Amino acid sequence: MSMRRALALFAIVMAGPALAANTSVESPHLGKPVTPSDVARWDIEVLADGTGLPPGEGTAAQGAPIFVAKCAACHGDGGRGTDLARGGKPAPPILVSDLKLKGIDASHATIANYWPYAPPLFDYIRRAMPWNESRSLSDHEVYALTAYILAEGKVIDAKLVINAKTLPKVMMPNRNGFAPRFPELMPR
Amino acid sequence: MKRRTDLPSQHESEQQVAGNGLLHRRALLGKGAAVAGVLGTGLGPNATGAAAEQLVEPPWGREIGEDTPPYQVPSKFTKNIARTLSNPKFEPRSSIARTPHHLLEGTTTPNGLHFTINHTGIPDIDPKAHRLLIHGLVKHPQVFTLDALLRYPLTSAPAFVECGGNSVPLFSPTPIQADLQALHGLSSCAEWTGVKLSILLEECGVDPKDHSKWMIAEGADAPHLMRSIPIAKAWDDAMIALYQNGEPLMPGNGFPMRLLLPGWEGNLNIKFLRRLKLVTGPAMSFWESQVYTEPMPKGKIYNLTFLNEVKSFITSPSPGQALKQRGIYEISGIAYSGRGKIAKVLVSADGGKSWAEAALQAPIQTKAFTRFRLPWRWNGGPAILQSRAWDAHGAFQPTRSEFVAARGQLDSEPPVTAFRNHHCNVITSWAVSSTGKVTHVYA
Repeated sequence: MSMRRALALFAIVMAGPALAANTSVESPHLGKPVTPSDVARWDIEVLADGTGLPPGEGTAAQGAPIFVAKCAACHGDGGRGTDLARGGKPAPPILVSDLKLKGIDASHATIANYWPYAPPLFDYIRRAMPWNESRSLSDHEVYALTAYILAEGKVIDAKLVINAKTLPKVMMPNRNGFAPRFPELMPR
Repeated sequence: MKRRTDLPSQHESEQQVAGNGLLHRRALLGKGAAVAGVLGTGLGPNATGAAAEQLVEPPWGREIGEDTPPYQVPSKFTKNIARTLSNPKFEPRSSIARTPHHLLEGTTTPNGLHFTINHTGIPDIDPKAHRLLIHGLVKHPQVFTLDALLRYPLTSAPAFVECGGNSVPLFSPTPIQADLQALHGLSSCAEWTGVKLSILLEECGVDPKDHSKWMIAEGADAPHLMRSIPIAKAWDDAMIALYQNGEPLMPGNGFPMRLLLPGWEGNLNIKFLRRLKLVTGPAMSFWESQVYTEPMPKGKIYNLTFLNEVKSFITSPSPGQALKQRGIYEISGIAYSGRGKIAKVLVSADGGKSWAEAALQAPIQTKAFTRFRLPWRWNGGPAILQSRAWDAHGAFQPTRSEFVAARGQLDSEPPVTAFRNHHCNVITSWAVSSTGKVTHVYA
């Protein structure tokens, strides 16, 4: 290596870190690559349009006994709430009621009169319920409970089989009731 | 000095800048005047004309003190400075702990007093076994350990975190008689340190010009709490927070890592963060379809309310405290805005008829608590204290009538712990009676 070339190389080596410090920070790249099969057990979300709904199905009749066994202790018979919840105290929410939305009081909100989409009901039961045993229910049981709650709320016919095809098609009565508070912050 | 508890002197009346005794924000600076704290020991010097107390040597000056603990805890004399718990018997529902703003000062919430809401208990996470997965519409899906994240460039920033349900007792048509902790205790401010989310997303092959997608953020706690977040926030100031006021996150605040979205609705700042998935649309999860929603008077319901709007409240004096003597007090409070910095805070002592500009404690930091202070001479008569904040983007707090016109109010008084609507930033009013009692009022 000629002296000139060695000096030039030395200059580049010395300038490198200084330039890096003045521009962007080096990124360490310490993540480990994963494949879809690696993450399958965690990949559970269901979007509003039903994307992510798994195979399986259930009906209200199948859901009724599961509701009695796993849900009614906190949400009341038929999801109509406990005394605590009906008294307005902090409590597991009322799932089904004949209350109409009234003024600005969201305590009258139920799934049937409020939720804009049906698939998030499957999502929430599967990820978070029962409160003391989340993700203990099979997908069939979650479909059956979804059907039961929607049927009790008179959103669907009690005989409808709920699955990945039928649930996204359930038209929730309050589908068009919502508006984003800050439209300028929505993805575009 | 001897005139401090008498009627205002000529000098001091010149400094009165708004009705009912509000003094100029610099009135007391450098003048050697003492300020009576609301929680002070009572009477100041010469207040009653009694002789000075005979000073003695107390026992702690004559004995060996206590052993030094490895992790300090506050004095036993300050045990009252604690969070209030909504679910002390841990029944099967959410557990909410509120910050006692009326017993704190400055702008940083101590870690043990930061508000928390946990819906299915606090998970006991082994940080070595915790993983953060970033996947979905990314070129290179990856999983990160805590040790890996600690080798990334870390940044620190103060940020308030506020529950969308903070202050909602003020939707009541009548002022609920509760203290500051019950009304505004679901907001806290800490210095957070962590990895900028933009660095991780870029490593996963996401184009930083992409503003079209949503992120599903999910926790490792039992309900795997999930929210939908516009990706633009990642390119702005989102962080994977690992430290809170210099120490690892408190378990109730998301140990070992949480999503921090400065200025945005608390529930979006997913704790125990274990998964970020890029998708094309929102999930409209339970939290977006029912909980964090705002029914409006004319029928529409707002949701996806990302921002916490500008807010302020007076922490001292506040309900539960009592003014024991007339004289000079310092009105002190907290202001913050999810849009950026606080620009100004006005204070009134006459229920909004006249206003004076409060001093803002430097440094004023974006999306963080800003402490405001203003000296006030209480003349022993009734007063209504209010604060009203403006942020650097020109947004300001609505008066009671403006707020009710826009957002409505409930038909009847709810339990103070109920969440009947969300996102309330109306002006708060404290009445001081002629006996010095402080209560919550509407004005």
